[in-house]
Amino acid sequence: MSELRASRRGLFRAAAAGLAAGTLPSAASAAPPMVRGTGDLGLVVERATGSLLLVDTTARAVLARIEGLGDMSHASLVFDRSERYAFVFGRDGGLTKVDLLTASIVKRVVQGGNAIGGAISDDGKLVAVSNYAPGGVRVFDTETLEMVADVPAIDAKGAPSKTVGLVDLPFRTFVWSLLDGDEIWIGDFTDPRTPKITKFPGIGRLPYDGVATSDGRWYVAGLFGEDALTRLDLWTEGAKPEKVLAGYGKGAEPLPVYKMPHMEGWGSAGNLLLIPAVAHHSVLAVDRDTFREVGRIAAHGQPVFCVARPDGRQVWVNYAHPKNDTVEVIDVPSLKVVHTLKPGPAVLHLEFTPRGHEVWISVRDADRIDIHETKTFRKVGEIAAKSPSGIFFTPRAHRLGV
Amino acid sequence: MNRNRVARLTTAVSLIAAALLAAAPISAARSEPDAAAKIRLTHLLVQDCGSCHGLTLQGGLGKPLLPENVSDRSAEVLAEIILDGIPGTPMPPWRGLVTADEALFLAETLKRGLTP
Repeated sequence: MSELRASRRGLFRAAAAGLAAGTLPSAASAAPPMVRGTGDLGLVVERATGSLLLVDTTARAVLARIEGLGDMSHASLVFDRSERYAFVFGRDGGLTKVDLLTASIVKRVVQGGNAIGGAISDDGKLVAVSNYAPGGVRVFDTETLEMVADVPAIDAKGAPSKTVGLVDLPFRTFVWSLLDGDEIWIGDFTDPRTPKITKFPGIGRLPYDGVATSDGRWYVAGLFGEDALTRLDLWTEGAKPEKVLAGYGKGAEPLPVYKMPHMEGWGSAGNLLLIPAVAHHSVLAVDRDTFREVGRIAAHGQPVFCVARPDGRQVWVNYAHPKNDTVEVIDVPSLKVVHTLKPGPAVLHLEFTPRGHEVWISVRDADRIDIHETKTFRKVGEIAAKSPSGIFFTPRAHRLGV
Repeated sequence: MNRNRVARLTTAVSLIAAALLAAAPISAARSEPDAAAKIRLTHLLVQDCGSCHGLTLQGGLGKPLLPENVSDRSAEVLAEIILDGIPGTPMPPWRGLVTADEALFLAETLKRGLTP
């Protein structure tokens, strides 16, 4: 055992040396699993090259590059509850199971023509994928990647729809929205061969994304076609979707949107949610129970991600093209911008270490990940990555609705 | 004639043409983007158009934009869509971020297809 550990350490020393020399091992695939914990590991999407970087957030280092994942524009991933395996959702419909301990692909299937994201069930047995083409949601066995359920999204008018905003809920349940169909669907996959689907039509025009609050009570769909959001109470039997924040953009001319906001990671801080105002240069502070606006923060541009530090004291925001060179930090108690970073063009995503002492920021056009302390905002590290976009750390495995 | 004078003349011609022929096709008095601009525009096409239409332009939230998908529209029509967007859909107007000539270059690139 100690011999194996030593050889793995050797491999990783070699990896570090290779990095310095500008090359990366992808030979790890043949190696036996390394002996180590995975709670401080993560994966970074390299969107243009169809690859992932396996990273260590304690060492602030790259351990390996995993290649062969296809078209990774807008790729996202989830971790299983062992924090050993990741399921990667590619734009080309690829669903790939990756083993972090061997830094290799376990299995890959092309499940659809054009996918947008996915989620994993609470028991770790099912992974669901949301598709643009052929539309609908498909559910797979996490062990074999065999399809166990196919739920086409045919709306109340009989037309097929793209699906968005797919999230997991307790007890093998997933919720998603129909982009073209203006509906929310809840799917109970307790028995995946006979899923129970509950449909809510007419929820508002063009839901572009959806999110569940961290307690699993509310599913909220952002609307592109209306100046409002729709929320659904998932704890109350027979609840109907209700419009909230109607007219939040009133009084200001909507701006062209060059990048859709993302609702994942919505800053949930105490009793507040901090959310991007679509087509406006502002972040809305909303009461989590009533969904009434309690404050509005003037921002550098149109927000894309508003991500709360795990303790909820700060929310970090990045922006849409052409203002995507900046990150702002909002102090939640005062609802004021307290710090501004200028990492450079095309800041695409950010992810906090498990308890939020550091944040990793992907800077696509600089081929770089910046690492900052969140207390002092000081930059403490940097990692080379090819056209990086999404950053995903393993503690996501234990969070609901991601 | 030096290059600056040519550029000024071209600008003057474009202005006159624009004033006289507000509704004329945008190719009436065009100046091709230079090499650096073409690199910047191709980057924009892949990365920023790609954020909705897919990095390989095979579609996403937005429609696929491969040559076979845009073959029924002229480059001029595509350039107008780029500049003005499609109201009622998420396709935004890019006017202000790209010029008419740059939009036409983007449209022609779509017609021809991105070569890897």
